[in-house]
Order: sequence, then structure tokens, then C-alpha cells
Amino acid sequence: MYHKTGCEGFQCEDQTLGADLAGVRDEQTVVDRLVAWLRQRSLFVLAYGTGCGAIEIRPLMTSRYDAERFGIIGAATPRQADVLVISGYLAIKTLKRVIRSYEQMQEPKYVIALGSCTINGGMYWDSYNTVKQVDHYLPVDLFVNGCMPRPEALIEGFVALQKRIADGEKGGWLRYRENLDWYKANQRRVLGANMLPDDTSAWLQVGGQA
Amino acid sequence: MRALIDVPLMLLVTYTMGFFMYGFYRQFMARIQNRRGPPIWQNLYDNLKFFSKSETLSHGPMFFLGPMIMMAGAVTTVLFIPMLKDTAWLQGFSASGNLILVMFLMVVGPLGNALAVGASGNPFGVMGVTRGLTRLMGLEVPFFLGLALIMVQYETVSISAIMAAQPTLAEWTLVTNPLIFLVVLLPFIASLNASPFDVVGAPVEVYSGPRVEFGGRLLGILMTQNMMLSMAKYVLVVALFMGGASNLLELFVKVFVLFMLTASISAVFPRLRTEQAVDFFWRIPLGLGVVAVILTLWI
Ligand code: SF4
Repeated sequence: MYHKTGCEGFQCEDQTLGADLAGVRDEQTVVDRLVAWLRQRSLFVLAYGTGCGAIEIRPLMTSRYDAERFGIIGAATPRQADVLVISGYLAIKTLKRVIRSYEQMQEPKYVIALGSCTINGGMYWDSYNTVKQVDHYLPVDLFVNGCMPRPEALIEGFVALQKRIADGEKGGWLRYRENLDWYKANQRRVLGANMLPDDTSAWLQVGGQA
Repeated sequence: MRALIDVPLMLLVTYTMGFFMYGFYRQFMARIQNRRGPPIWQNLYDNLKFFSKSETLSHGPMFFLGPMIMMAGAVTTVLFIPMLKDTAWLQGFSASGNLILVMFLMVVGPLGNALAVGASGNPFGVMGVTRGLTRLMGLEVPFFLGLALIMVQYETVSISAIMAAQPTLAEWTLVTNPLIFLVVLLPFIASLNASPFDVVGAPVEVYSGPRVEFGGRLLGILMTQNMMLSMAKYVLVVALFMGGASNLLELFVKVFVLFMLTASISAVFPRLRTEQAVDFFWRIPLGLGVVAVILTLWI
């Protein structure tokens, strides 16, 4: 007879979520842990309303789902934000603006991408003017799948990100810094002559203060 | 010698009170809006998080010095307002300063702000500062008129002496001369940058106004100075109108009561436009102020 012993499929999300951080945790000093804990408790969100997902951000932030109880609150400008939420398909024109916003955010910064459009193109798979995998152009920390993910799913995504930050995840911004050439090459490929000037990313190359 | 303990202690008390009150404010607003709201420590978390972020942006030395000037303004304001009466503790440097000095120090913050924003040149920041200075024209006249009337009523400029002159509830300025309190209350709310007079940092109109260019650590400093300066103003109003406090608990309770009053006013009134705010200040509080002058001086 079939007897279930462990988790299966997506039930294992919880175990797999922090699996790669197992070693990181032990290396942290007390101060690191405290800082990481404070960071996960206070996430200022820059919601970049591309695609259909902008609709889901409103109920998330207001009375019904009240993300503020997790310390998640909207930021007025990219400079004050910790998390960039890309809510859906990215047109090539929008990509340029998103990259610019992302590069202006102060480190540590994280990116959450919503919806299947950001993962593999979704229903815009064969569109001529959207990018398929956002991960090629910006370092995404967390994808929330669905078309469109509901606010509950978004909250779950945020909580998962908080857990990872508390466990010592460094965040995609380090990946972006280290592989800047790769990201820039990808961006140049889709943006072409329309490539954004590097005045917001120059400090990454000269090894600006982390 | 005593200053060595007094100074850090006063700063600590102000800071603690600040994040506690504003943490409570966020919960209070959340309950009004029928939601749960963040934990009471949220402001502390936000503040400390900003200190642990990077600050890679620079618009020249003034951009960096501006927040420092504002912080210095907040710290000196805190130190020149005596927190307690009937004791030698928590007096800071109030013996060498007075109400007039405190009134000057309160303007240091906006000055540093304008300098830093001017250096950054961000149009939203400039817009915020312009709004702030216009509003200042409206609020300063009744605010300072009210404070001047207090000095006239007690015939002294020393905050400690004013506190000492109100030992019991019946002698509080709030009771003996409630009109002055009304004159000062609304400009006081505006000087705290709270709704309905929060045109300066309106998040969706001017993208947090003067703070628009600040990210990591400098924003942390701005948050700290804002909390501390607000608390200093609360302590000042408690000292002038509610008889001060003779211990920390009493101070805390009185500041909390005053805070609840201003928070409730902020919670129910929507934001006024800049010219509406100035109009309002020149009409109601200033009109009341003129009546208060007549009552205080001739009756
Ligand atoms: S995933 Fe679906 S809901 Fe989201 S942007 Fe794409 S099509 Fe719209």
C-alpha cells in the first residue's frame, strides 16, 4: 500500500527553500544575524507596475491583505527601496526603465518577479517586444508563479524572501555586481542602440562601497 | 560632570520615545483603517535597517553636510529643552539657553534640508522645499506668537521657570489660558509635518519631497533627526502648557496624551494644499492669536 513518508513535489518547497543556505547560516556572526534579521523585518517595496500585476499590489498594501504587518511598505522612490517588484511581462521599452530604477536602489536590494511572464514569457511567449526571462537582465531573487498570482501568493513570496534574508542570503545584487558584464551584454542585445547610459551602474564597475 | 551622563541619557530618552510613539502611531492608523498594522518596534527596525544600507549617491559635500546640519539641529534642540522639573537631572544645557534660543534652533533643520536638496538639484526635492518654506510662512507667525504670549504671561523666557510656575493642574497654561494652546496646536501639528499639513513630503505628489534623493544611511539619519526633533517639540509643548513633568513616567504619559491628540487630528483630516494651509494659518490660528494677545495683555 502507498504510504506517504515525506513531502512530495511542491510540498517540499519549505525544505528546498533554504537548502542552499545551510552552510551560510553557521558562518554568520551575531552582528550579521542581527543585521540580517532587521533587514528582513523592514522591506520597502518599489512596485514597478508592468503588465497585469500592478492590480494585485493595491489589495496587498491596503486593508484587506495589509502587507504592512510584515514590515512591507511602499517606498516613494527607488533610492529608498529594498525590494523591486516586477509585476508581469516586461516590454523592451519598460525594461530600460526597470534597469535604471534597479541600479539606483541602495544595496542590499532584492528583486521579486511576479507571474509566468517573467519566468518564461508566459502568454507573451512569441511576442515581438517583450523579454521572456527577466532573470537574464536583472538578478531575480524570487519568482512568484501564477497568472496572475493572488495577493496571498505574493505574501507567501515575501515571507519566503524574508526567511531567506534572515538565513543569510546575500541577495541577487551581489550576483549582478559580479556578473555585470554578462547582464550588460544581455541588456545590450535586446535594447540595441537604445541601451541605457551607464551613469547609474558605473559605481558598480569601479567597485563602489558595498 | 553631570552633563556627561545627562547628554547621552536625554538623547536616548528622546530616541526611545520617538520610535515608540511613531510605532504606536502606525498601529493606531492601521486600526482606524481596519487592519492589523506593523509591530510597535517597526520604526526602530526601519531606522536601523537604513543605517545598515549602502549610500552610494553623492551630489557634492553639501548633500552630505545637509543631513548632518539637520541632525545637529535636532540634537541641540533636545539638549536645550529641560525634560524634568524639580530635579537637577535631564536638564541638558537648558540653564544656558532659553525659549528664544530653542525657537531659533528649530529652524536649523529646515535650513540644512534646503541646503542639501539644493545641492542635489532634484526637481521633486526642490518642489518639496518650496512647499515647506511657503508653509513655514503660514505656520511660524501664529506659532511664535503663541510662544511669545507664554513668555509674556509668565514674564520669563526660561523654560524651567515656566514649568515651575505651573505646579498643579489648575495652574497649567492649558487651563489658565486655553486660547494660547489653540493658537499653537495647529501650527505645532504642521511643524511636525503631520496630516493635514503634510504637503512637504507627500509620497505620491512629490515622491517624499526633500527626501527624494536620499537612500541608505543618510535617510536613516534623516529619520532619526525627524523623530528626535518631533519628540523635542512634544516635550517643549508639554513643558509650556501641561506643567512639565517631575519624572520620566509622567513625561511619557503627558507626551503620549498630547501625541494622541495630534494623531487623532491627523488621522481624520485629509491633506490641505499649500496655499490652503497658508490661508488657514493666516485666518484661524492668527485670528485667535490676535484675540489671545488682547486677552493676555489687557485683561
Ligand atoms: S503572467 Fe499573466 S497576469 Fe501576469 S503579466 Fe503575464 S499575462 Fe499578465
